[in-house]
Amino acid sequence: MREIIYAQAIKEAMCEEMRNDPDIILMGEDVGLYGGSFEVSAGMLEEFGKKRVRDTPISEAAIAGCAVGAAVTGLRPIIEIMFSDFITIALDQIVNQAAKMRYMFGGKAKVPMVMRTPAGSGTGAAAQHSQSLEAWLCHIPGLKVVVPSTPYDAKGLLKAAIRDDNPVCFFEQKLLYRKKGMVPEGEYIVPLGKADIKKEGKDISIITYGRMIPTCLKAAQDLEKEGISVEVVDIRTLLPMDKETVIQSVQKTGRVLIVHEAVQTGGFGGEIAAVIADSDAFFYLDAPIKRLCGLDVPIPYSPELEKNVVPTEPEIKAALKRLLI
Amino acid sequence: MGKIDIPKGKLEEIYYKMLLTRLFEKKLEYFFSAGMLHGTTHLYIGEEATAIGVCCALDKDDQITSTHRGHGHCIGKGADVKLMMAEMFGKQTGYCKGKGGSMHIADLEIGNLGGNGIVGGGIPIAVGAALTTQYKELDRVVVCFFGDGATNQGSFHESLNLASIWKLPVIFICENNLYGMSIPIENHMNIKDIAQRAKSYGIPGKIVDGNNVFEVYNTVLEAKSYVKQNGPILIESKTYRISGHSKSDANVYRTKEEIEQWKKKDPIKFMKKKLLEQKIFTQEQLETIEKQAAQEIEVSVEFANNSPYPPLDAITDDVYA
Repeated sequence: MREIIYAQAIKEAMCEEMRNDPDIILMGEDVGLYGGSFEVSAGMLEEFGKKRVRDTPISEAAIAGCAVGAAVTGLRPIIEIMFSDFITIALDQIVNQAAKMRYMFGGKAKVPMVMRTPAGSGTGAAAQHSQSLEAWLCHIPGLKVVVPSTPYDAKGLLKAAIRDDNPVCFFEQKLLYRKKGMVPEGEYIVPLGKADIKKEGKDISIITYGRMIPTCLKAAQDLEKEGISVEVVDIRTLLPMDKETVIQSVQKTGRVLIVHEAVQTGGFGGEIAAVIADSDAFFYLDAPIKRLCGLDVPIPYSPELEKNVVPTEPEIKAALKRLLI
Repeated sequence: MGKIDIPKGKLEEIYYKMLLTRLFEKKLEYFFSAGMLHGTTHLYIGEEATAIGVCCALDKDDQITSTHRGHGHCIGKGADVKLMMAEMFGKQTGYCKGKGGSMHIADLEIGNLGGNGIVGGGIPIAVGAALTTQYKELDRVVVCFFGDGATNQGSFHESLNLASIWKLPVIFICENNLYGMSIPIENHMNIKDIAQRAKSYGIPGKIVDGNNVFEVYNTVLEAKSYVKQNGPILIESKTYRISGHSKSDANVYRTKEEIEQWKKKDPIKFMKKKLLEQKIFTQEQLETIEKQAAQEIEVSVEFANNSPYPPLDAITDDVYA
């Protein structure tokens, strides 16, 4: 094991897979010499050459569609959409084409592609470069949706995503790109569709993912000092969701706080809440299911506003305490 | 028109497939009018020379992306009409096991990468297929079909640009049937020839008479070797859709006279006339081909009728690989 940053872990996943499988290519805006907007692919052009690390024009629909066509005919493309906000321009190809081809063609096609895209607020980039849109894609059967929270998960999940025969939407967390974590030197995979308990606890469960994981862990550790034992469940793969781990955690603790950065209305937290309410875990609840999510506003620019538009550590602690009264 | 220099066997294939497309759709038209089919369909009647002329110039390994009006493309590329008819009936034996319907017939083994319900949706997919071709150094081309309406979509412009800079072996075929649903072309673009749009992407643009199958066939044959060497080309095939946009079209946006004028340019009648004039086939020979096509359609209807519907427990199959 050694410590590397989240962005490096993502690059390692791509490089290792590309060394093993000549059908894998990377395409996107400025992914070559520039190394990608967040330097995730820095150095890959030198190793793999222009044929496999392909700079594209600023044409998100064509990037995504080209990946669909390449995937269905035998390549395994990874595309980078520079900011997840720009998936709007690529969505016909992801939602109407990639996700549905297999089903509407009667099982005859497979579309092994990964759409990597940096998501989330906190960089002062304002409303069109800061959104968390993952819930949109969870509404589309045929897609898989992944939001990794640590370097270890980012590498292992991306390797699984690249090997998967389905279109996978991989939402990288901008604010985590420079965060360090322990990652083995050797080969490993983190399977899609498996949640991970990032911290065990017995009094209350937090169900969360992505950038909120470090914030929630910090809150949980603080409460530990006050004698409150908090379990933090990282669902990691939103679609397909590991319902069992969530249900078991809630059955164990009897209390649940759902946290995400994305805006609350129509957010994935609603789905998590419904899964719990629909299950046997409902009968174990000692308090109502509570959500703490991004405010229902576009992401503002001014630093204090931007910080407070998403759940903060004090808010998480306060919400946990309220649920324990 | 000069002497037809296409091999006789190929001409027979072209004539047969044009008839098969026409008769397949005439059957659908009847079934819809009789309330025997559900959903919708977009008929290609009057445009057959384009799909069949193009596809008959292709090899089996060559690939196509199709549109919402794709029956001709399927048949041209060698689809089994039994499986197409069964799909129209929503049967388990259909191309998509009854899950796709008219707009989503695909057969990857014969290079048909599928129809598309989204106007312009297949254009970048064709570019991706051509990227695979170039990347794997395969000796084949990709043909991308779309209509005049699709050339106002962003995907058209992004795709031609991308294919051009990467020099991908794509033949872009615009089937200009003069209407984007109900809107005449002069109301949806300010240019007369769509082929002109090629210029913006630094690729050649050609115009063909889309109702003259000989011209379409020869143009695509030539384009195949061009795109393998040089990258994409845009071919505008000028034609006309005799049928409405879809089965529920009352044709209020065009005159009976206009439709009648175009019926005189029927591509199948035109081909037949030329084949007889140049004494390549006799009347009886052509009638035999016509009977065979009609027979194949009857067999397809029987096959579809006798096939089972998909079982309900198949609803959730094939969402994921």
